[in-house]
Amino acid sequence: MTTFIAILVDGSIYASWLFLVSAGLTVIYGVMRILNMAHGSFYAIGAYAGASLVGWWFSGAGGNPYVSYLLLLGAALVAGLVVGFFIEFSLLRRMYGRDEILMVIVTYALLLILEDAIKLVWGVDPYFAYQPYGLLGRVSFSGLTFANYDLGLIGVSLVVGFGLWLILNRTHKGKLLRAVIHDREVAVAMGVNVKAMFAVTFAVGTTLGALAGALTAPAISVSPGIGVEVIVLAFAVVVVGGMGSIGGAAAGAVLVGLTRAAAVHLAPELELFVIYGVMSLVLSVRPQGLFGQTLVRKI
Amino acid sequence: MMRVDRTEAWLLGAGLALALGALVLPSWLTFLLTIAFAKGLVVQGVVIQMRAGLVSFGQGLYYCIGGYTVGVGGQMVGVHDAFALLLLSMAAAAAVAMVLGLLLTRYREIFFAMLTLAFSMILYGILSKSQSLGSTDGFNVRAVTALGWAPGAGGKMFVYVLTCGCAAVAAVLLHRLSKSSVGHVCEAIRENEVRVEYLGVSPRWMLYATYVLAAATSALGGGLIGMATGHVDPEMAYWTTSGEFIFIALLGGISHVAAPFLAATLFSTVRTYAIQFVPHSWQMILGFVLLGIIIFLPKGLWSLFRRTKAEARA
Amino acid sequence: MTATPILEARNLYRSFGAVTAAKDINIRIQSGEVVGVIGSNGAGKTTFINMVTGFLPPTAGEILFNGRSILGQAPRKITRMGMARSFQVAQLFPELTVLDNMLVALSIAESGYPSFLRPLRNAARIERAETALAEFGVAAFRDHPVTSVPQGTRKLVDIAMALIGNPSMLLLDEPTSGVAVEEKFPLMDSVMQVVRRHGVTVLFVEHDMEIVSRYVSRILAFYAGEVIADGPPAQVLDDPKVQELVVGHGGHGRTRRAS
Repeated sequence: MTTFIAILVDGSIYASWLFLVSAGLTVIYGVMRILNMAHGSFYAIGAYAGASLVGWWFSGAGGNPYVSYLLLLGAALVAGLVVGFFIEFSLLRRMYGRDEILMVIVTYALLLILEDAIKLVWGVDPYFAYQPYGLLGRVSFSGLTFANYDLGLIGVSLVVGFGLWLILNRTHKGKLLRAVIHDREVAVAMGVNVKAMFAVTFAVGTTLGALAGALTAPAISVSPGIGVEVIVLAFAVVVVGGMGSIGGAAAGAVLVGLTRAAAVHLAPELELFVIYGVMSLVLSVRPQGLFGQTLVRKI
Repeated sequence: MMRVDRTEAWLLGAGLALALGALVLPSWLTFLLTIAFAKGLVVQGVVIQMRAGLVSFGQGLYYCIGGYTVGVGGQMVGVHDAFALLLLSMAAAAAVAMVLGLLLTRYREIFFAMLTLAFSMILYGILSKSQSLGSTDGFNVRAVTALGWAPGAGGKMFVYVLTCGCAAVAAVLLHRLSKSSVGHVCEAIRENEVRVEYLGVSPRWMLYATYVLAAATSALGGGLIGMATGHVDPEMAYWTTSGEFIFIALLGGISHVAAPFLAATLFSTVRTYAIQFVPHSWQMILGFVLLGIIIFLPKGLWSLFRRTKAEARA
Repeated sequence: MTATPILEARNLYRSFGAVTAAKDINIRIQSGEVVGVIGSNGAGKTTFINMVTGFLPPTAGEILFNGRSILGQAPRKITRMGMARSFQVAQLFPELTVLDNMLVALSIAESGYPSFLRPLRNAARIERAETALAEFGVAAFRDHPVTSVPQGTRKLVDIAMALIGNPSMLLLDEPTSGVAVEEKFPLMDSVMQVVRRHGVTVLFVEHDMEIVSRYVSRILAFYAGEVIADGPPAQVLDDPKVQELVVGHGGHGRTRRAS
């Protein structure tokens, strides 16, 4: 029973984290048909920005420790929006309409550039920003102890998921965006400014990635390579759920999160294996992912 | 029909000349070339698939299988003969590819890319957790013999000559493949799969054969690298390793069979110096070069050579 | 009509969600016939071809080729049995030259297992491909990449590729669509000449009535997924129902394209 609860709670925490990490990836793919290999780098940028700001706050600059949460959010917003808009404007804008697989390679090049850019800006020594993590304390139930910060992640990812859903389904701009997703040519004919939509979507997607990084920073040591590890996890989640679907990313995150938690508790040697195992299994049964739509070729 | 054409004669000649170079070239250079040509073989696997329209982001899977087969064969099974080990590598890779190919050939474009990536990450995960194989540290590969002869101190030299030989023979065969009916049908599949089906052949089985062949070719390269460096580790299957192969493939382009070898040589050379002098900008350089190729030389560096040739003729 | 039809469709149905693209289609075509299929866009003409060639499974019904059921067979199997098709939009290999397009088609037609090691180009194969191109009058384009040749030439190459495997039946899907008006008749003239020379049974989808009536011995009129008339051109074209539902609309789409 204890193991079951542990799997459930750990799984939910991990699923929330996975959803945060992959939401931006799926949003960008859904609208722009770009599978952004550099998404992990935005995660890393958010983590570094958050960690260095929080580090500065606690190394004597700051007063109220609870402000550090705002700093994490602020760091993610600024870093994600600035870098996102800059890259959309300077690079991707010239590439729209190219092959999807070519865009994968373009964003792979972007990843290589950003990985080293991060090292040049922040160096190679790890950053720690553990204070916001410890500040919230721990809670115990059924003989298990969990960090409140981790449980808070569940709330944050619910807010992010619900927020995205609201924007897409309940606002005018969101409806236009869905028109773009559904049929780009018709949307252009309707007078939708697709270019602007793309720019905003990309920046929102990268900011979501940065947010995931900033919120993860207090729980890890922020060091080179974290983005490269994260991107393959995000891929797995998004592919399982169906690329471009936010509901799919949520479902994929829950499935992968719970499976991994089960593996960690029951068969730790399978931990790394299960994530891709789930992915391969889902795809062999449903190639388009759980919530994906099939495309039929016309001749 | 099995006559050697001009390109093939060139390839064999170059292979022989380079192998003979072992007598005069300094050992740091032969080592660099060993690594470069072996990597070139791995990249050939990526290129064969690209010609058929498939981009594998997980070719490291077969590179790693090749390396580990050589390592395990020597360390645990007691096979020390270089030729037997390389054949085993290719057979192991082909066997895995025959199974995975059944699933993978149902996918195209980014789905194929992502799934190949996932499979290589599965191997990475398994190897990282396998203590008998040294977990994340990997293990050392024993020195090899050749048909009963132990090269001893000349081991590195032997592997170099072996690599030159394998590369030349593979290049000739792959050149022949690219000119063959199947080679052209694969290009046709890249261009228009439905039409190929309507001409009377199954695109899926053609891609399956291509995938298995690519796996064996890449495993050959992986096996040679294992012998040359004397060490294998799970990093060989990590997805960034596969990314490197894609980089080299695009650097050279897919239009000529020699391109992957030249690109791999350029890559290994630049890397040797870049890691020494600008260790934290090496990937950034790669990234910018990759963008430059995509934007300015979509057919790879080889197209530069072709263009000057065409201009010279005009 | 005692001989086994070369192609027979029995009670074919096909729907896409709420749209019915084929409704109780019954057709028998005898060897040697040249049959025209008319109907406006969305009448189910291409859907019919797609079902017959195995690209699209029917919801219900039976399809027989030379008396054998071909239901559930892949397009490549049906092609190998001797039924080839051309496409509304020419389906070629754009980065290959016209000759290489033909050589690829030929190397596949020659055997089911193209060779790994023998070159695609050999003298005999090139000669056959050139002959085929010359038959259609497009030999001049042999070394041009497909992307650089005119639309009409592309359509002819598309048909030449379908014909190179010596099929006993050829399905032409709007051979003149996308071709300039003044080129339509010359194009059809050369196609029909070659087809007659090879003695191939032809089913020919077209929405231009004038073209259809000139070349065929029999017309099938489709409307909303149903065959509403079947007979000699004069009879079908004068049929008041056809007049109202097909000819009256000039063959141009009012309904949604379901193909």
